Amino acid sequence: MNHNVTCVECDADINIPTDVMENELLACPDCGVELEVLSLNPLTVDLAPEVEEDWGE
Amino acid sequence: MQIAFLVTHIRAEEKLLLTAFAEAGVEPDVILDRDINIDLVAGPDQHAPSGRPWSEYDLVLERCVSTSRGLYLLAILNRWGIRTINTYETASICSDKLQTTLALATAGVNQPETRVAFTPESAMGAIERVGYPAVLKPTTGSWGRLLARVNDSDSAEAIIEHRQTLGDYNHHTYYVQSYVNKPGRDIRAFVIGGRTICAIYRNSEHWITNTARGGSASNCPVTPELDEICQRAAAAVGGGILAIDVLEDSNGELLINEINHTMEFRNSSAPTGVDIAAEVVAYALAQAEVVA
Repeated sequence: MNHNVTCVECDADINIPTDVMENELLACPDCGVELEVLSLNPLTVDLAPEVEEDWGE
Repeated sequence: MQIAFLVTHIRAEEKLLLTAFAEAGVEPDVILDRDINIDLVAGPDQHAPSGRPWSEYDLVLERCVSTSRGLYLLAILNRWGIRTINTYETASICSDKLQTTLALATAGVNQPETRVAFTPESAMGAIERVGYPAVLKPTTGSWGRLLARVNDSDSAEAIIEHRQTLGDYNHHTYYVQSYVNKPGRDIRAFVIGGRTICAIYRNSEHWITNTARGGSASNCPVTPELDEICQRAAAAVGGGILAIDVLEDSNGELLINEINHTMEFRNSSAPTGVDIAAEVVAYALAQAEVVA
């Protein structure tokens, strides 16, 4: 599996950890935006959902 | 044994939990709350997004970051007789600070003085009764959002006017607590199945100590006193897997501040030396075995 993706926010080339899981959240190391891994094969990411008022513990 | 793992997405905590499940030889079905499409009239034999009927699950571990989605799903599942962690009863109390205060008060657990009011005028009265500084909090919400320390009547009037004008009806419930002059830290204790497995100090120069707001974690010894108040607090809200926020007042007395029912713990295993994910999974598997 290719473990590099392009950040949808800043176009950075991101190396994704090999143990990544589907729907895992990751931060772009370049611009810091939060990304969600939408699929593993092919490796696809998109912007993570915005934090909503009811999010928390 | 069939376990469902209900999530909004996979954060550090969910990844740690799934890894702990795998180490225990169990692979739960991961169900995203965004994929839920439930017939509320039909019963638990309808299929979950996993393709399996809900009724086949021995346990559903709810880890939604969306409190409203998690609460409704727990309500549905518990109505259907499906065991969940936590229960709807516990989650509904913990997700509402006013309900938590009531539950703790009923159980006689030490907590800050707390009042509620519903209009700007009565809210001013509640703040004056508690005395300055007071703390205004939304009854729902997390991560230290929209907490206000109110130091005088000018700031009280300003905050109330902002909430009245800019907030929806949820922000027109004025939940007022006395400010506890804590020693630059508070305590977060992790209670699983009635056991206080470990605790951290959340250290911050800011009065809001949430690690989501920059507070740093260090180990806090679980003293008999801390264990006792945490066990009583957990029992007061129905038990399960809980993170309990505890304040130390200027006399060193412990007060329960709030209780979290879908706790975050990514920064807490290292300082405490306790594998919190493994503890959660062991408890979940034991609960599932009761049913299976």
